[in-house]
Amino acid sequence: MNAIAPVESASIQAAARARVAALPLEELNPADAQEFVDDTVGYIFERLRREDPVHRSHSPIPGIDTYWSVTRYQDIMQVDTSHGIYSSENGITLMDFPPGDEQKLRMFIAMDPPKHDEQRKTINSIVAPANLNTWQDLIRARTAKVLDSLPRNETFNWVDLVSIELTTYMLATLFDFPVEDRRLLTYWSDISTSNKLTNPDAPEPEVRMAELRKMLEYFTRLWNERINSPPRTDLISMLAHGTATRNMGPAEFMGNLVLLIVGGNDTTRNSMTGGLLALHEHPQEMAKLRANPALVDSLVPEIIRWQTPLAYMRRSALVDTELGGKQIRKGDKLAMWYLSGNRDETAIPNPNRFIVDRERPRQHLSFGFGIHRCVGNRLAELQLKILWEEILRRFAVIDVVGEPTRVRSSFVRGFSHLPVRIPG
Amino acid sequence: MLKVTFIDFAGGASTVEVPLGTTLMRAATDNRVRGIDGDCGGNCACATCHVYVDPAWSGRVGARSATEEDMLNLVAEPRANSRLACQITLTDALNGLVVNLPEAQH
Repeated sequence: MNAIAPVESASIQAAARARVAALPLEELNPADAQEFVDDTVGYIFERLRREDPVHRSHSPIPGIDTYWSVTRYQDIMQVDTSHGIYSSENGITLMDFPPGDEQKLRMFIAMDPPKHDEQRKTINSIVAPANLNTWQDLIRARTAKVLDSLPRNETFNWVDLVSIELTTYMLATLFDFPVEDRRLLTYWSDISTSNKLTNPDAPEPEVRMAELRKMLEYFTRLWNERINSPPRTDLISMLAHGTATRNMGPAEFMGNLVLLIVGGNDTTRNSMTGGLLALHEHPQEMAKLRANPALVDSLVPEIIRWQTPLAYMRRSALVDTELGGKQIRKGDKLAMWYLSGNRDETAIPNPNRFIVDRERPRQHLSFGFGIHRCVGNRLAELQLKILWEEILRRFAVIDVVGEPTRVRSSFVRGFSHLPVRIPG
Repeated sequence: MLKVTFIDFAGGASTVEVPLGTTLMRAATDNRVRGIDGDCGGNCACATCHVYVDPAWSGRVGARSATEEDMLNLVAEPRANSRLACQITLTDALNGLVVNLPEAQH
């Protein structure tokens, strides 16, 4: 391993803490993706929760511009549960596109009732908890296969060989998507959340749209197959036959595909990586877990809180209103920073500690609250539970042998690389 | 103290005693009744305290609010007697209340 890396990272952290403490309040902009690459955004949230919990923030990036940062647990809960005041129709991320720009996708997470409710119900049943029993054995068999094929005594990227592989396999199963093409799902997921304005390495907007159109073509082929066959239990068949979804136009079909691919892929993927990293950084918690594997049940929600794989959701005010003593104007956009609310000590005891046997581990914001609450939450939990049960059964040690590489995004809080080594 | 009974999906009954004014959700979570999660802590915001009110009690538990109606859209098997337990406050009139639990919370 590279012995320089942790020292470098510790000095980045110390410098960030000092920098954030010295900045004028109005310059605090948690949507800066660099803060996520360096994993330093927590210092900004710490200060905002204390000094200015509903904060008018400015981003230099055109399209993001001015937005409100909502940083405390209770304020986030209030916004998330007031869908009559705070709308999702303008999208769930802070970036605004010019009217009519085709980059703006239509998806039910970015709709208000009643249309949202109708479309959501169509897919609700596939991930309903009772239905998940039918997936359990398959998920376990695939997890076992992936873990058994991992290299021994050699450094490999956990993100690629475990997190992406398992979540992509699951997604292919849900869509009844050709398994041999499953990495296309990962590719489309990454492409759809990429943004040239916030990440210089991202593809140009035209390239992004061209790739998403290829995704649409691929799925349209599957759609046509399914609509001409009797209804089945995969997501494409359910959308093709569902009364609320069968007449979707291409933009809406594409949007909902992106929603399901990103929702089912990025989030669980990054919790799979973040969980391993958290347990590596808290060896006493790993010891507790090894001594009592039944703690997997509380480990899983704690990982999801700790990682908060989607750092925020955006809302837009439909009316003039007040929040945390601030005047919010009709049309203003807000980021509900779940990542910050999940570290709010007024709602969660010892929030900066990773605790595998936490008292109320399920009370976290990572799935959102209110009518847009994550539809796939139970499936995500099941995948993580099975992963950790199978890890504990197999490996006495998984060494994290270097620093993680984090994704350049303030929305998807994730990893592209985590070097690990399993002794043979 | 009031008594309430939760009947799980397999038919097993748990009767708990709680002080007047407790919500039905807290009656379950404070007594570790399995099958009620209450992830949002009682804010009518997660729909993980879904119960079916026994028909004998349906007239006494009050009506659903608009928010509760919205959140019941998220549950797996909504029925006419579906309620969110966090939205039922236990009063003397509900002493002895019986509710059934769904197969699982979404």
